[in-house]
Amino acid sequence: MTTGTLTAGSATAGAGGRVPVITRSRRPATWEATVGVAGVVVLVLMPFLTSQGFNNDLVNLFILVAVATMWNALAGYAGLVSVGQQMYIGVGAYGVLVGAQHGLEPFATVPVAIAVGAVLALPCSWLVFRLSGAYFAIATWVLAEVAVLFVERFSSLGGGTGAPVPGLDGIGPSALLNYTYWLALGTAVLSVAAVYLLLRSRLGLVLTAVRDNEIGARSLGARVGAAKRAVYVLAAAGCAAAGAVIAISQLDVEPGNVFNVQWTAYMIFAVLIGGLGTIEGPVIGSVVFIVLQQSLAQYNAWYLIILGGVAMAMAIWARRGLWGLFAAKVPVSFFPVGYYVHMDDGTSARRKPTRFWPWTVRAPAK
Amino acid sequence: MTVVNALVQGILLGGLFALFACGLSLMFGVMDVINLAHGDVAVAAVYLAVVLIPASHIPAIWIFVLVVPVFMVGGYILQRLLIQQSLDSGAITTLLVTFGLSVVLENGLLEAFTANSQSLNIGSLVSGSFQISNQIYIPYLSLIILGAALVALTALEIFLARSRTGRMVRALADDRETAQLMGANYRHLFGVAAGLAFGTVALAGLALGMYTSVSPTTGPSYLLYGFAAVVIGGLGSLWGTLAGGMVLGVASTLGALVDPDFGSMLPYLVFLAVLAFRPRGLFPKKAAL
Repeated sequence: MTTGTLTAGSATAGAGGRVPVITRSRRPATWEATVGVAGVVVLVLMPFLTSQGFNNDLVNLFILVAVATMWNALAGYAGLVSVGQQMYIGVGAYGVLVGAQHGLEPFATVPVAIAVGAVLALPCSWLVFRLSGAYFAIATWVLAEVAVLFVERFSSLGGGTGAPVPGLDGIGPSALLNYTYWLALGTAVLSVAAVYLLLRSRLGLVLTAVRDNEIGARSLGARVGAAKRAVYVLAAAGCAAAGAVIAISQLDVEPGNVFNVQWTAYMIFAVLIGGLGTIEGPVIGSVVFIVLQQSLAQYNAWYLIILGGVAMAMAIWARRGLWGLFAAKVPVSFFPVGYYVHMDDGTSARRKPTRFWPWTVRAPAK
Repeated sequence: MTVVNALVQGILLGGLFALFACGLSLMFGVMDVINLAHGDVAVAAVYLAVVLIPASHIPAIWIFVLVVPVFMVGGYILQRLLIQQSLDSGAITTLLVTFGLSVVLENGLLEAFTANSQSLNIGSLVSGSFQISNQIYIPYLSLIILGAALVALTALEIFLARSRTGRMVRALADDRETAQLMGANYRHLFGVAAGLAFGTVALAGLALGMYTSVSPTTGPSYLLYGFAAVVIGGLGSLWGTLAGGMVLGVASTLGALVDPDFGSMLPYLVFLAVLAFRPRGLFPKKAAL
């Protein structure tokens, strides 16, 4: 399954049996793949290894990774600066609450909440996509404000104070913590994987072109509008998933919390610090964010002031963030989405790319 | 009669929204920047006044004499040091940087002054009003705020239309490259525009602090109201902005007749409806600013 229809015209054997090969990265990504898979395996086993307090911090980290990854897909690739993603976090959280109130198992409501977020994003995209730049940003924010005022009008959902999620007390406390942990981890991993696969697809090629030059991409006939809408819907689904995790991990849903614009501040800071327009960036930025938040916990909101200052500086002077600064020095890429053409003469074993999907795409050799 | 009263109060409230909006309109018109920290700057002005009033023994209603110049200078400096830098590195950077500024300001105020709400004590003026019919009362304060909005808008209009600097600012808004070729120092002039915008938003903040109580988290909703007034009024028209503010004010008071929550929701719905069906605003003007 090689996404992106690559039929390099020069795939025929050249002189001396040299075959051009197109790969996703300059060299095989075997090391990165191993480290990545091993990391995820360790994280899956974490509940058996460490204390519950640490795992709660990790749940917060996973939630942030998921929403930051989604915001990065919006702003870093599709050029859509949304300040209203808290709307979909809230919708996801309330999706869980409503489902659980109607007798569904809370964990079983998560896919429903995600679907509701994605479906809601379609009519909303019709409205906000008529606008661009600052107009788009403010319109998404207004939509989120309308959503919270709307939700607060339902007394069955607890009005302005919110309501506890029923059905969670049936699960034992330690089992609940573990299930929540795996749910959060799954959400983060799937979010990153979804954005990665999206960027490797044909749509991803359009998005990367939009990131670099939107007018140029349009003039080459790329279907920019459809690509942006797809990203907007994906980001809505991802944020709704994060909202569902928040509802389950906090055991109750409070409109002032789940619909808070602070969520968007968190994602923006994590992305800007880690690196806008890179897949690794939001993950790194989220780790930095949570570490600083935890180590400055006794100084109230100072961590946000510091992170905000650093994020502003990064936005102006280091657009690709910490990951960009690192990757400029060390040639490492966990999520190769580029295209490289090699002349493979079959003699150099070192430069021969691995054929292990999804790390490389090999051009069909005739 | 309650509806007529709501209309009157809404039009008066429109003055406050227009005061919030004119700074946004100016910055967007001149340099294509939406300052997402606009509402938080207004709240910061209230807190500065809270500190300055006991220190200077100036009555609260006159404190703008001190606060507004501070914010004008602050706006100029902020523009030269921060916003100009982000303008130079791309369109979306200004959004990200001003959003970051908003969060930093909000949490800075939270650290310095706690989450308790503050208001500016203007004595008996806060409840004083006169009666025009047996159900319609006009509060003096609302009238003063509307008057301040009219004065601010007129002053901006005269500055932009008549003064040499104002004409250069308008030229920059029309065509930056050509204006630069004619000798306009755009960094300085952008600073001037930002200074004026910050001055008006400080005035708006002080009006808000007299009208109701504010807390560090109040800012964003007034940013949204201000932006909505700009969009409803039609970009580039300062008097359209006043009309937009009044439409919002009326939507707010009419909505509050249904129930208080609906009073904060209806202005947003009007804004979204205008975006959907009349994206150029209700009172569009052809020429820029």
